[in-house]
Amino acid sequence: MEWIQQLINGISLGSIYALIALGYTMVYGIIKLINFAHGEVFMIGAFVGFYAIAGWGLGFFPALILAMAVCAVFGVLIERIAYRRLRNASRIAALITAIGLSLLIQYVVIYVRGAQPEAYPDALSNKTFDIFGVQISSQSILILSVSIVLMILLQFIVHRTKIGKAMRAVSHDMDAARLMGINVNTTISATFAIGSALAGAAGVFFGVYYTKIEPLMGIIPGLKAFVAAVLGGIGIIPGAMVGGLVLGVVETIVSALGYSLWRDAAAFIILILILLFRPSGIFGKNAREKV
Amino acid sequence: MFRKKITSVLMASALVAGVLAGCGGEKAGTEGSKDSGGGGDTIKIGANLELSGAVASYGQGIAEGIDLAVEEINNSGGVDGKKIEIIKVDNKSDAAEATNAAIKLTNQDKVTAIIGAATSGNSVAQAQIANDNKTILLSPSGTSPNVTVGTNGKVNEFVFRTSFIDPFQGTVAANFAAGDLNIKNAAIYADNASDYAKGLAASFKETFEAAGGKIVSEESYVAKDTDFRSILTRIKSANPEFIFIPGYYEEVGLIIKQAREMGITVPFMGADGWDSPILVDLAGAEALNNTFLTNHYSAQDPDETIQKFVTSFSKKYSGKSPDAFNALGYDSVYFLVDAMKRAGDTSDATKIKDALAETKDLSLVTGVVTVDEFHNPIKSATVLEHKDGKQVFKSKVNP
Repeated sequence: MEWIQQLINGISLGSIYALIALGYTMVYGIIKLINFAHGEVFMIGAFVGFYAIAGWGLGFFPALILAMAVCAVFGVLIERIAYRRLRNASRIAALITAIGLSLLIQYVVIYVRGAQPEAYPDALSNKTFDIFGVQISSQSILILSVSIVLMILLQFIVHRTKIGKAMRAVSHDMDAARLMGINVNTTISATFAIGSALAGAAGVFFGVYYTKIEPLMGIIPGLKAFVAAVLGGIGIIPGAMVGGLVLGVVETIVSALGYSLWRDAAAFIILILILLFRPSGIFGKNAREKV
Repeated sequence: MFRKKITSVLMASALVAGVLAGCGGEKAGTEGSKDSGGGGDTIKIGANLELSGAVASYGQGIAEGIDLAVEEINNSGGVDGKKIEIIKVDNKSDAAEATNAAIKLTNQDKVTAIIGAATSGNSVAQAQIANDNKTILLSPSGTSPNVTVGTNGKVNEFVFRTSFIDPFQGTVAANFAAGDLNIKNAAIYADNASDYAKGLAASFKETFEAAGGKIVSEESYVAKDTDFRSILTRIKSANPEFIFIPGYYEEVGLIIKQAREMGITVPFMGADGWDSPILVDLAGAEALNNTFLTNHYSAQDPDETIQKFVTSFSKKYSGKSPDAFNALGYDSVYFLVDAMKRAGDTSDATKIKDALAETKDLSLVTGVVTVDEFHNPIKSATVLEHKDGKQVFKSKVNP
């Protein structure tokens, strides 16, 4: 029974990673940029949700939508200000800019509101179901369902809509897409808007589920989501989902075996192993269309 | 509860030489220094406190306690007919500034004793200066063992403290669990990243096992973790009747919340690292029921000395209820004055430090104090219980 409980624990942890990894992998899929500031957009989303619920008394769902909207605008701004000029620069320049941006956002937030943590209000009722001695909380079921729904929605947007078609075209060949009359800037802005809105949603769910939010909260989940995205095959949307869940379960198993202090190490050992032996990830096919 | 700042301390010590030169340029305190050595008609005591900066609330709390004690003593005729004069210096919650302030107090103001600082790190930063200048340093709330004992294992001759030391709280928690709660099987879940938590866990284990109890599960977490469910599942399957979590409120709040959600209903206990209003926000008032913490003192303690202090404190500070820092600041003054009286001298620091080291059964607000060979007070600690989000006085545990 203890092991089933641990599996449930792992899936709830993994669905948080999956939620963050979806936005990560989407941005990478379109413009081949590892957006390290994604973890900070996640943090901003958590704080917007917090101030909306605790400060203005909004309910959970209005706060969630507000956080997603603010993050979408924020993501577009990040792309417009920091990444657009570097679109034709070397990839390492864009990567370093992303890391710099991530630090900048963290410390601006600390400067503005201080480094002290904040406790998320109870905006979403939480029930614990007891099934044959295994406890499952309604919040973790909700988070898992939200990640699955968002994954399906993303797949739909990318493969069945006009903007999705434009995204795939831009991802394939930016110049050819432009020649075909696709507005590349708008398409990339849309990609950032959607990816950042997902990060914002993940931030609010994280806040409700784990209660504590603080300006540096994006670092570790951001890195773990990156591992999850690589594990599933970076750029592949269902891969992010599966990668997140696998990572969550592996971490939980490591803790359950009594090596809790090795938990974070396990995540990064997975990253190294994947990069060494299967760089395209679980779902990756060699250098095919990646969206 | 006060994290060590060893690096800052080392840097501070390295800076001392440079600072000595810079210090002469500083403006002399308005308090003046009529004659040196404190042999005049006042007893000069320095207060080197965190009046601004990161932990300003600690330093300001201590300063309020000091002011009340000095006012009381001076109104009742002072010590040997001499009035106490407090010279306050702000160390800005910074170890290097604390060193500067100690140099100013010893060289320029020629104080007999310094009360300060609130944190262990800022106290350690002054220890060498106090020893070299034969000036007493009394840390009101520095709870790390290495405030009074140097890194070479030798006791700092002139350095004392008013609070108990960190590991002592582990002892108290173990006695409370084994005695008052009658627990046989306990689990420990400690913050692996802090010496404070590790020290507490070790002393809890030692005392609890000596009292006949059994530690059924020993786990650790790392500060900044957010998901504790898998370890809590492990702990739960070991079936402890009691879980000891030495650590800070940021993680403890989440641990208790997640544990209660998972149906772990046994009592939890921790130490003064839990003492923050944010703990209640994080865990929720209901989850915190049936949890206990040790602390220096409680304003709700029915003890006569404490109630007298609470009354006079709230009279001076318009109805404010004194916290542990207020009480420790207040006690620090009485602790020093008691030693001065027994030494029969108010200016000879060497005689006063001998008297301090010999302190026995001195009744103070935060407990009855006897100083041990490491200059640490042996005194009682207070156990508080959380009831609907409020800390309620539970009992007093003697060492």
